[in-house]
Amino acid sequence: MKILIVGGGKTLYFLSRNFAARGYQVVIINRNREECVQLARQLSATVVCGDGSDAGILKEAGAMGADAILAITPNDQDNLVICQLASLKFGVPRTVALANDPDNAEVFEKLGVSGFSTTRIVGSLIEQRASLEQITNLLPVGEGRVNVTEIVLDDDSPVAGKLLRDIDLPENALVAVVIRDNRPIVPRGANDLLAGDRVVLITLPENHGPVLKAFTGERI
Amino acid sequence: MSNNRYIVIVGCGRLGSHLANHLSRAGNSVVVIDRDEPTFNDLSPDFSGFRVHGDATQMAVLREAKVKNADVLIATTHEDNVNLMVAQVARGIFSVPHVLARVFDPKREEVYAQLGIDTICPTSVAAKMFLRAVADGAAEREGAQS
Repeated sequence: MKILIVGGGKTLYFLSRNFAARGYQVVIINRNREECVQLARQLSATVVCGDGSDAGILKEAGAMGADAILAITPNDQDNLVICQLASLKFGVPRTVALANDPDNAEVFEKLGVSGFSTTRIVGSLIEQRASLEQITNLLPVGEGRVNVTEIVLDDDSPVAGKLLRDIDLPENALVAVVIRDNRPIVPRGANDLLAGDRVVLITLPENHGPVLKAFTGERI
Repeated sequence: MSNNRYIVIVGCGRLGSHLANHLSRAGNSVVVIDRDEPTFNDLSPDFSGFRVHGDATQMAVLREAKVKNADVLIATTHEDNVNLMVAQVARGIFSVPHVLARVFDPKREEVYAQLGIDTICPTSVAAKMFLRAVADGAAEREGAQS
């Protein structure tokens, strides 16, 4: 897999290091000559010095054969244009743009580019982790439109001891897996839930709170 | 051109302020947006529109300028990518009927034409005029010789 990453700073460095460690072919595009020299020394990646929103530079970086491009510069307008150029002119199949302004994540989606906002992701992680110690894992999928949450039921849980079919779940919520004594069960209506079970829930951000409440009681 | 349209101009540099003065004088409601406040000094004393201080790549700033009510949006900042993004947001999200963006890089202009964005490239325009002037000059000389 060949990935182009446009940007700089620590995020770019650690991302590139991760991707390179997984065996991906990484090409970095950065405008700052000194930073380029540093990156080329520290990473086993190809480094191209220049403006990633310039078609010539993208071509030089091998955009034509890239599997994905990730634009994480501090400027939203550059990230958008980089991704649009890569997909329109070079046919890069997957493009992802960082939205520094969280409002722009949605804007990018509407303009046909996958956008993500670290502010929003970190914010929701902190909010949900801090509010509930029973949550052991939270994963936003589908650009944050779906949450996958893992919680541990304790003795006070209002659903402990009930059959799944008797639990009054809000709409658009699903108990995907129950892990009991390290054994995963894909539950049906006739399965029960017990204290100590690890439950993997699929929710939407809108009903995340109420669903958690149904499983853990009133402590949110 | 009717003279009572709501026009948003992004970027209050030489071109932006010139357009703003002109369009305001012609009787339009004009709003200028710039992230650099001193640029508003280039507006003429009889400019009767509004000034919005902020970065137009932020939705909040575009909302403040009431872009959704605009009949026309012109993006004239010095950064091609800002103009291209603002133009797309104006058209795609706020459904502004007439959107124009200045883009310096002719290569970019070509790609954005594909996306259906009206761009004006001063580089291409100037080059065309120079080339014509050079050709005409040559023709004149040829004419003089014969």
